[in-house]
Amino acid sequence: MESGRAIADVRTWGPHLIPQMRRLGVDSVPIALFIAVFTGIVLSLLSKYIFTGAVPIYFVGALVGKTIMMELGPVLTGLALAGRVGANIAAEVGTMRVTEQVDALETLAYNPRSYLVVPRVAAGILMFPVVTALAVATGIVAGWVTAINLLDLSTLEFMKGLRLFYQFKDIWFGLVKAASFGAAVTLAGCIMGLTTRGGAEGVGRNTTRAVVIGCEAILVLDAFWALVLL
Amino acid sequence: MIRFTGVDKAFGSKVVLEGLSLDIPDGETTVIIGFSGTGKSVALKHIVGLLAPDAGKVEVDGQVVHQLDHAELDGLRGQIGYVFQFAALFDSMTVGDNVRLGLARRGLEDDAIRERIHESLALVDLAGAEEHMPAELSGGMRKRVGIARAIALRPRYILYDEPTTGLDPVTSAVIDQLMVRARQELGTTGVVVTHDMRSAYTVGDRIAMLYQGRIRQVGTIEEIRHTDDPVVRNFIEGRPFDPDRLVPVEDRA
Repeated sequence: MESGRAIADVRTWGPHLIPQMRRLGVDSVPIALFIAVFTGIVLSLLSKYIFTGAVPIYFVGALVGKTIMMELGPVLTGLALAGRVGANIAAEVGTMRVTEQVDALETLAYNPRSYLVVPRVAAGILMFPVVTALAVATGIVAGWVTAINLLDLSTLEFMKGLRLFYQFKDIWFGLVKAASFGAAVTLAGCIMGLTTRGGAEGVGRNTTRAVVIGCEAILVLDAFWALVLL
Repeated sequence: MIRFTGVDKAFGSKVVLEGLSLDIPDGETTVIIGFSGTGKSVALKHIVGLLAPDAGKVEVDGQVVHQLDHAELDGLRGQIGYVFQFAALFDSMTVGDNVRLGLARRGLEDDAIRERIHESLALVDLAGAEEHMPAELSGGMRKRVGIARAIALRPRYILYDEPTTGLDPVTSAVIDQLMVRARQELGTTGVVVTHDMRSAYTVGDRIAMLYQGRIRQVGTIEEIRHTDDPVVRNFIEGRPFDPDRLVPVEDRA
């Protein structure tokens, strides 16, 4: 009921959506890409180690692509953003709570859920898949570069492996997961922020909780989507 | 008119208000005094619906605050300006945007909003401070911006939560004058929560003392100044006292 009223109040949250998408999404791209590069490198080297003498070496492309698209891309990006975004939201909203800025919003006839929660959660749902998609692409490119430079694979062989078991579902499965991670991380940050009590110590405590809850939610949702969609 | 009737409020096992009843007449400034932690700010938050009573009711212009739906509560809040103890300015916004936030909710034209921001900041002697960030301001300036944000809405009531706490005497006197000016120029009804007696005597028409969850005494400045009530007398004179015997510490046998 309360949430429905907050979502319907577009006049309040609408102007904050784009700035939040920039803060939570665009500003998170560097850390997501940093993680993706090294994940791609390690996956490429690891698959060579696993496959040598067992299966054709072009399977490196299959393992790198499939693993990054469906699992490591969304999950590692989600975990990184749980730290960055979840902590950012919880600390900001928590500080607003303990300094009475949230009360001030209410006295100015703003619904804090509309003003603070809805644009952040919507930005998380929209931007986590975008950041994840960039991370997936970067991870695969890093894996490819590693394969052709360190594993004596040709680009054609890598691409052959990449296409081998590819389905369109591999992509949307990862992006659906990323959207759900975005909702969970931002919601955890907002709830922990709005329930903060007790000054700086309370802000620190609830910020930590937001990150922990966000990470736990990502792992639970990861298993949930695997059960439901695979 | 604001009316508290038998208001009880507790947080867990800590009882803060217990049978609080008080009438706050229109057109005057009523100062609620009391020891730290006696629930003065809690009482104030009931008026704008930030807190709901466990028992009893708070009425503003005959409307029972905790029974209002969201739209009605927003309408009521549009008539009440609230000045928070530490100003509660939005630190990610400029001074101008802080004042603008409440006005934007009223559907005013941009020109009218700009004019109102300018007028409100001028009234608190901060004309031209629109582009400053709250972090660049002193404590007294932040309080003045908080007052500007409240008066910009042209409210019928302004609630001041510890407006002079933490300020030096000169800045406190400036804030007191601003409160007086806000009432004189805008005709607002004021409710001031404070334990600063100099401020209370300067801005108040009536003083109510909150003690142990309820009003101990309410009266004009002169009535309070010449009270026979030992609790009120000890408080306004700043004398430590034994609450069990209601006598100053120095008079104990």
